[in-house]
Amino acid sequence: MAYTPQLQELMKKVEASRASRVGVDYPRMTPEERREVLQNFHPDYIEDGFRNIEVGVDKGIRMPSEMADVFESYSRLREVELDLTTDPDYDVDVLIIGGGGAGASAALKAHETGAKILLATKLRFGDANTMMAQGGIQAADKENDSPTIHYLDLLGGGRLENVPELARALVMDAPLVIKWLEKLGTMFDKNEEGTMITSHGGGTSRKRMHAARDYTGAEIMRTLRDEVHNRGINLIEFSPAVEILLDKDGRAGGAVLYNLETEHYLIARAKTVIIATGGSGRLHYRGFPTSNHHGATADGLIMGYRAGAKTLYTDSIQYHPTGGAFPPQLLGLLVTEKTRGLGAQPLNINGDQFVYHLETRDVESSAIIRECEERGLGVPLPTGLTAVWLDSPMIDMIHGEGTIERQLPAMLRQFQRFDVDIRKEPMLIYPTLHYQNGGLLIDDQARTSVENLYVAGEAAGGIHGTNRLMGNSLLDILVFGRRAGTSAAARSKDLPAPEGLNLDHVSSYHRELEEAGVGDGRIGPVLLPHYTHR
Amino acid sequence: MSDTAEDTIKMIDIFIMGKKYHVPETLTIMDAMEYAGYQLKRGVGCRAGFCGACATVYRIAGDFELKVGLACQTKVEDGMYLAQIPFFPARKAIYDLEDIKPDTAHFAQLYPEVFRCLGCNSCTKVCPQDIDVMQYIAYLQRGDFARAADISFDCLMCGLCVSRCPVNIVHYNAALAGRRLYSRYLAKPDAFLASRAEAIKAGELDTEIDELVNADKEKLQELYDNRDIEQ
Repeated sequence: MAYTPQLQELMKKVEASRASRVGVDYPRMTPEERREVLQNFHPDYIEDGFRNIEVGVDKGIRMPSEMADVFESYSRLREVELDLTTDPDYDVDVLIIGGGGAGASAALKAHETGAKILLATKLRFGDANTMMAQGGIQAADKENDSPTIHYLDLLGGGRLENVPELARALVMDAPLVIKWLEKLGTMFDKNEEGTMITSHGGGTSRKRMHAARDYTGAEIMRTLRDEVHNRGINLIEFSPAVEILLDKDGRAGGAVLYNLETEHYLIARAKTVIIATGGSGRLHYRGFPTSNHHGATADGLIMGYRAGAKTLYTDSIQYHPTGGAFPPQLLGLLVTEKTRGLGAQPLNINGDQFVYHLETRDVESSAIIRECEERGLGVPLPTGLTAVWLDSPMIDMIHGEGTIERQLPAMLRQFQRFDVDIRKEPMLIYPTLHYQNGGLLIDDQARTSVENLYVAGEAAGGIHGTNRLMGNSLLDILVFGRRAGTSAAARSKDLPAPEGLNLDHVSSYHRELEEAGVGDGRIGPVLLPHYTHR
Repeated sequence: MSDTAEDTIKMIDIFIMGKKYHVPETLTIMDAMEYAGYQLKRGVGCRAGFCGACATVYRIAGDFELKVGLACQTKVEDGMYLAQIPFFPARKAIYDLEDIKPDTAHFAQLYPEVFRCLGCNSCTKVCPQDIDVMQYIAYLQRGDFARAADISFDCLMCGLCVSRCPVNIVHYNAALAGRRLYSRYLAKPDAFLASRAEAIKAGELDTEIDELVNADKEKLQELYDNRDIEQ
């Protein structure tokens, strides 16, 4: 029992109201109520904490200050002498930067064309947010569903701000991606006949969430990683890219890699470059804890931006409604949305539900923040934070004994490690910084505004509008990873090896920083979060 | 953790690779290493118990038993002597999934060492996920890929099992091959999924999707607000 006597006392109210809540749906918000709670409580709408950057191709755009600090930074190569005229250390058709789901799927598709590939990644191959995605992946592959219905859910969830061609690509490729994964031997939850077992997620109008227990992302990642190894694709770990190289005509022509361990720089020349570096939760916008991977530090955003790639929705961040809040070792860790998908309700200090359990993530998070901040009905924690309950024990009441054990083994284990039994005790949760909705602007072939530069995965923006639904991110990385791999490889066939590799764009970016008087000596990308002596 | 941690939280001594550090007792091993001043590159990954990057071995002073845990998922204890095993050399069989079958003969070609298991159970004892590793090795030996897939599913591929095996089995890679064989050949393919994928490739759904892609926001909002929701 990790809960203090005070928390145990409060927990009794949850237990007291539980039986009366099972099977009773709290009313969903009206569109007006949704708009109101977002505008008053969603961190994206809270002005302090944002600023407009003063340099680069999208000068003047708004983003969280912590992200702006990275955009307004100097290159790691500022004081480094590099000889770009000699033979490069690597010379390939397609350079893929990042070894998560987007990078791995890009590598597999590019490999099918016979292209010569290098995949360079910052930590281990597979160390990525992909690995941590628990709840599922969306695809309209049931008779009562269709990509069109998926499209409507996607746009409604994204506040209609999604880029239509990207949204179309996402939903139309979705069944193809699931079919591809099935054939690669991904262990989806299925019934005896082979039919995928699917469920709801926040904001879905059909049960189209496919899962592999609650290790969905891990299962997909380890399958893709295994396949990349099987195909003998060249990869290099602990070697993040720190700058995109451009050729004499200003087209992408490779990248400078940095061996994290020997601290040497290496030159990779490539006819096409795919940025698949993921998100930025480790920048801790507004001081929020994060559910993100150790390496989620916006590397690709700043590299691509310095090279001239345009951005979209850099001021739109997703706070996942159910981050762990207590015990303190679980702070910020993701409590999968599948927990709510299976019926667990969010409750305030009185054991009362205050929001429908499957509103979209932005609305659900805002409602939780309102309950704690405005209404003062959060549960006070010994750590000084406040939280709300997520009533996990009702899952077994709804679906039968053993459901949590079967469907949420990762969650069960994670809480058990810190002495909370989620079958018997409700969880304590609060929104956690989860996802970067925006990123570098791409088209439906994953091309950026810089020739021969592609982006796939969380580093890209526009697919989800300004709010992403559960299960569309695992989908996104695979849809656009595959598309980037295919189109970058095809493009490379028409190109000679790039000539006149240079970092002139970095020098001119530095001049802009100096002229604007910003940057303050900061270096970016930061590559690793700094938690020493926190 | 604020600067005043030492005033309010009980501090304990841990030994990172033999060197003593004074850290708050509430921290995980990973947080404690950072508190001590380590900038982690190896031995850190998802920080949430999903990636297996932070396998750690430790002893508590005065206790002979060697214990294991994931650094991000294990609280520090007073007198803990620890070292991380961020990498362990291990073989992975290279195969084309389309060229093999889910039977013992094919599997034995990929991972012959699986059949050398001595039954010492060291792998199971060391698993931070509490997986019955030796049992799934037994299932793999007899070609029961369904059961092997089921009980090995929560494996994080941290490699601790491999580090302890006296006959050099690479359990996690063998299990992964077993799961892929099961999922590819023994679990039935989803029939409707296949037909939906074909319909999309044939362009049969283009007209209806393009109608929405070309719709204005007002129309989309109306459709969205009035869509029917499956119960």
